[in-house]
Formats: sequence, structure tokens, C-alpha cells
Amino acid sequence: MTFLSFLRNNSFARGVHPDARKSTAGSPIRRMPFASRMTLPLAQHIGTPAVPLVRAGEEVVRGQPIARADGHLSVPIHAPADGVIEAIELKPSARGPWVESIVLRVYEASTQEIRWAEPRDLEALSPAELLRAIQDSGMVGLGGATFPSHAKLSVPESHPIHTLIVNGCECEPYLTCDHRLMLEYPADLMVGIRLAMRAIGASRAIIGVEDNKLDAAAAMRAQLPADGDITVRVVPTKYPQGAEKMLIKALLDVEVPPGKLPMHVGVVVNNVGTLTQLGQLLPAGQGLTERVVTVAGPGIGKPGDYWVPIGTPMRTVLGWAGVPDADAREIVLGGPMMGLAVASLDVPVTKGVSGILVFDPRPEESAAGRREYPCIKCGECVRVCPMGLNPSMLGMLAAHREYDRMGAEFHLGECFECGCCAYVCPSRIPLTQQFRAAKGILRRRAG
Amino acid sequence: MTSRIELRAAPHVSKGASVERIMFNVVVALLPICAFAVVQYGLSALALIVTTTLTCMASERLFNRLAGRPAALSDWSAAITGLLLALTLPPAFPLWMAAVAGFVAIALGKALFGGIGYNVFNPALVGRAFVQAAFPAAITTWVPAYYDGRFTAFIPTTLTAPLMTPPNLSEWVGRHAVDGFTGATPMARWKFENQIAEVGDFLSGMATASVGETSAPLILICGLFLAVRGFLDWRIPVAVLGSAMLLALVFHLADPGRYPPPVFVLLSGGLVLGAVFMATDMATSPVTPLGVWLYGALIGALTVVIRYFGGLTEGVMYAILIGNALAPLLDQLTPPRVFGQARGGLRDHFRRKPETRP
Repeated sequence: MTFLSFLRNNSFARGVHPDARKSTAGSPIRRMPFASRMTLPLAQHIGTPAVPLVRAGEEVVRGQPIARADGHLSVPIHAPADGVIEAIELKPSARGPWVESIVLRVYEASTQEIRWAEPRDLEALSPAELLRAIQDSGMVGLGGATFPSHAKLSVPESHPIHTLIVNGCECEPYLTCDHRLMLEYPADLMVGIRLAMRAIGASRAIIGVEDNKLDAAAAMRAQLPADGDITVRVVPTKYPQGAEKMLIKALLDVEVPPGKLPMHVGVVVNNVGTLTQLGQLLPAGQGLTERVVTVAGPGIGKPGDYWVPIGTPMRTVLGWAGVPDADAREIVLGGPMMGLAVASLDVPVTKGVSGILVFDPRPEESAAGRREYPCIKCGECVRVCPMGLNPSMLGMLAAHREYDRMGAEFHLGECFECGCCAYVCPSRIPLTQQFRAAKGILRRRAG
Repeated sequence: MTSRIELRAAPHVSKGASVERIMFNVVVALLPICAFAVVQYGLSALALIVTTTLTCMASERLFNRLAGRPAALSDWSAAITGLLLALTLPPAFPLWMAAVAGFVAIALGKALFGGIGYNVFNPALVGRAFVQAAFPAAITTWVPAYYDGRFTAFIPTTLTAPLMTPPNLSEWVGRHAVDGFTGATPMARWKFENQIAEVGDFLSGMATASVGETSAPLILICGLFLAVRGFLDWRIPVAVLGSAMLLALVFHLADPGRYPPPVFVLLSGGLVLGAVFMATDMATSPVTPLGVWLYGALIGALTVVIRYFGGLTEGVMYAILIGNALAPLLDQLTPPRVFGQARGGLRDHFRRKPETRP
């Protein structure tokens, strides 16, 4: 592979090939029951936290907005179940700090039908009204970025968009939620793609799928409209193909310049999960109350993809999935390459949680095995960094706390923390973590 | 209930590569070369290999302890240094001198810089350079390969008492030499007598040389084993051998009477061993793709230049040491192209541009 990698150019340069371990890809999405108590952080998206519309003691029905958007870069939150608001208080979040959250006690006897919906004729809406409707649905990037969807689709007129790229790569190991959605809901996906194309004024859409999901590609091709505006393209499986810039390079052979966004090259990228949900929610006039989550990892009783109501505590999800001893494991939200390890099982499933992975504690790495060596300059990180950075050098600068040089001379700002460098490092240097910390320090210094 | 949830930073999976595995594989790749050396030179070669390896590992342990670093030998890097060092020494080299070389290799070549990963120069070559200067007679005393009785008795110089001058070998060589043995390496014979050795001699190990330099095919096969498994950057030997051959070809075409054909340059001396196993030392070679090519090409060219125009018969060692010294500079001069940055071709690589210094 390393010998011949230069022969294949229908992807991006460098990158890694972690074991896919997508054992849950073969079974249909199942539904998880409603937990008895749900926690809904007001900040589940990038931007300004939502503002509560309810008070403690108030009864809500499933689908009812319980917090409103605060400004443009913000989205509302909808009640995931019929129940009563117990409190609005600080609760632990995935990142650690306790955050303002709405706590909902679920009526267990309720049928949990969605009764709060206003179906609309979307054809009649102007692009601005369409964006407004998208914001009202509470949609964010479900791939994990949680950037408000309407904001992503609001492209300034100075940047005409020619192509909507639909990201069906799901390049992270273990995760299969997007794969299942593409297989089971391709019609909804097409509706979502049409809506997004209208919002941004794109004339064509390309769905990018990795070649380990050919069944999904076939399912979507069967649903493609006759006009040929939407196409499916299969790309070689490689991590991190699901990163916006990498996928644009793979599909269009265009590189987004450093510090620029996809819209600067006339492209908007959206995740298949996001667009599928958009295609379901918008015509029905509903809000985002549940999402598909991959629950996987070694030793799980019932791994698989589940529709999980947003707000369901981790502990409940893992209990249903057959992980009795979750307290002694490593729990990762998202994929294993970029996901976040959580410190508390009381953390809820939020809009951006694509996977819950449970890993065994790794005794072989616990003591002597985890020994970190100095960098032996093998250059492997340089050979895999998809952004063309020099992680080896950046790591040495980080060790010397030369953060300014990392940013000014070695393009630290271009690092999107895909984890390839740390994944291959034979010295087990936590490069990605060093870069994450350095970027945080530089951000604080910049004020 | 106390939670024992483990918290780790992403990525939560690893490719499974480790320093120990890389180094262990290099040791494995060196063993056939060592075995072939023992077949050729018998007990003396075996003793030499064991001596340098043990000295290097003991020195590594000592300096790690002195420096308060984890005193693990499990990373195998000291063993590699020891094996490589033995392979660059003449078979009749006195063991006590080999021990000095091993100690110096680790002490000056590695420990002084901060241990594994921090060394600037290839430690084995530092040791070799030291004894080249300290014991100029012993390092150029050659013996024939495949001499009779090599598995039952040492070469007399091998067991020289510490700090003693080794006995003169010419009488012993006279008794054991097969016809045509001259006591000089092919490089020296070309340089001083203008004689070019047969290609067959190189391939069979008949050419007079250091312990591990005699079989280019074997070295290449062992290197290929490492390259295929991803533990060796194939670009470096390709660049070193390629540039050496190219430059030698230019000289040969310009004056065939004076300069030997490229294949002689390729096979003689330690070029293949150096290109495959020493120039590729990770810690002392560049990390950027272009830097790696330049580094290899530089070493190959320097080798030829030193051999043709220097006072020494062999240039690989100094070529690699110079390459090592320039590796950090090459890394700086050849940053990879950042994704999305305009392609500027070669010139872009050489432009130093800290664009926006705060």
C-alpha cells in the first residue's frame, strides 16, 4: 500500500486505514425505549445556547419547543417525550463542565406520539423562509460538528455555490449510523438533499460514499431523481475522508485553501444523517427529538444502531444495550479516532452524538506498556497527515511550549485533530492532544 | 459506587506500531547478515559481534541509569547499534578495541545527546569513526574470508590483551591466505594499484572487507524485508545507491581508464550496508518526503566524491555522518506542502517563509 499509494488519485493524499470494525452495519436500526428522565443541555450546538421557554412543573408534549434559538447562530430544543419539566439546572456535560440543562420527567404511560407538528407546503417557501423553517426544526450537523444547519446553508451572496456535497463516508471505525440511514431511508435523504440544494442555490449534488458501503450506494442510486442533478460517487475507503476538505478534494479534486471554508470554492458539505433527518422533519413540520446512534465496542450484549431520543442518559442507553459494568469501561462519544471520552454516565445523548463506543480497560497499556518514548523521527506522522503538516516538529515544539511558532511557522491552525498522527506514532506520543491543547492556548492568547 | 471510567484523549485506537517492534524487526533483519559473517570469518567474527552488542547494551543501561531515564533495554536500539558497529569493523579487529568502539558509540553517539531519539549522528558510525582515528593500523588490517580453521581458532589479533598493540598478522595471513589475497580492500586496490575486483567476488563474499559488508544481495534482501513491513524508508537506500551510481557513471563515462564502472562503486566497501541499514536510522534522517530524497542523494554523491578525491579509501561512513548533521536543516528547508496551499514546485520548498510572525 505505501509503495503504490501514489498511483491512486481519486482520493485525498496521505491518511490512514484503521480497522473498520463496522460489525453493526448488517442489522437494521432499532428503537430504544424512552428513559424515565431525560436531560437536555441548552448548548447542544455550536453558537449561542438556547433560551428555555418552559418552567419547572410545566407539562410538555413530545415535539414541543422547550427552548428557543437565541440569535442567528443558535437553534431551538424540542421535548423528546411527553412529560413534565422537573428542573432547569446544572448537569454534567460530555466535555466535563456542568452546563445549564432542562430536566424532563417522562410520562411512562404516554403513547409518545408526536403531537406538536405543523406540516407545511415547502414548495411555496422562499429560500429565506426555508432557512427559517430549518432553524425552527432545531437541526444541527449530526455528524458530530453540531453546527446549526440553517447557518451552514445560509451562504452569503458573494459566494455562489455550485455543488452540494453529501457526506456519506462515515470513515470513523465502528460507526454505522449513517450507513444504516442511507440503506433504510434513501427517499428521505433525497428530500433533504433537494431542500438543501434549494436553500443554497446549488444546481447539483454529489453523494460521496466509501467503497466499504456499496449496498448503501446501490440503495441511494435506486432513489436518484431522473433529472440527474443528484449523483452518487464511490470513493476508496480511507480515513479521514469524511472531513469536509478531504471529501471535496476526493470528489472534485479541489483543495480548499488554508483558513478558508468550502463555500470559498463554491461547495457546501452536509452529512447524510443531517439531510435524512431534514428530509423527514421539514415536510412534517417537526423538531429534532431523536437521532440514530451506533452503540458498539467489544463485549456489548446488543450492539447496533438505535433511534435514541435526545436527552437519554448514557447509563440508560448502555443498560439497554447490555453493558452492565459501564462504570469500569472507557466510554467514547463519537468515533474512536476523534471521539470524546466521557467522565460520567449521567451525560445525555445530545444532537451531536453519532456513536457510543464502549472499550475494555486496557491493562496492557496501564503501566509499563503505556511508556511514551521520545520521538524517534520515523516520519510516519508526516506521511499520514492529511493536511500536509509536520506533526513530528509540532510535537517537539509543543514539548518546549513554543506555541507561537507552532501557529506561525508550522500551520497549527490547519490541524483539524483527525488523530492520524497519534494513531500511527510508534513512540505513543499524544500528538493530537498536544495540538488540541496548543490551539486552545493560542486561542486564549489571541483573546 | 466508585466509578472507574477510563478517560483518554482521542484517538482511542492505535495502529499498534511501537518503537520496540520497529527496533526488534531491525535486529531480526540484521541477524542473517551477522550469520553470514560468522560463516565467512568464524569465531573471530562471532566474538566481535557479541562483544560490541554486549558493550553497547551495557553502556546504554549505564547511561540510562545515570541520566535517570527508564533503564529499559527492551527497545532494542542499543542492540542494533552493537550489531551494526560489528558489521563495519574488520574481522581481525581486537576485541578490546571493539569494546571501546561500542562504549564510545553509546556514550558519545547517543547518551550525550539525551538517549534514544535525540541523537544527531548514527551511534554505530560515531563508534566506528572513533576507532578509525584511534587505531588506524588495526582498522585497516584485513584477513581472507573462508580461511581454514576459522571455527576452531581465533585470528591471533582478536584476543589481544586490553590496551596492548595487536601482533603483526602478515605471517598468519601468509599461512592462511588463498591465492591472490593482497591484504587490501578492493577500494584500496583500485585507488592505489588501479585494479578492479571481479563482480563475482563481491557477490560470493570473497572480496576483502569488513565483517558485514561482503554480500550486497543479502543486505538488500534483509533491507527489503524491513521495507515491506514498513519499518524502513525505502526511499533512502534508493536515493543513496541511485545517486552514487549516477555520479560514478558520469565519472566513468568521462574517463573510463581512471574511474571504475558504477557497479564496482555500488558493490565495494560498505555502500550497500550503509545505504540500507545506517543512512536509514530514523532518528538521524529527515522526516519530510523531499528531505529524505535529498538526504539520500547527498550521501550517495558524497560517498563517491570522498572515495575518488579524498585521502581515504572508504567514504560511506563520513558521507552518512555529514548527511546526519544536515538532516535537521533539510527538514527545515523542505516542509511538506500544506493542504490547499498553492503548488510552487521545487522553488516553493526552498523558500523559508514564516509568513505571519506575531
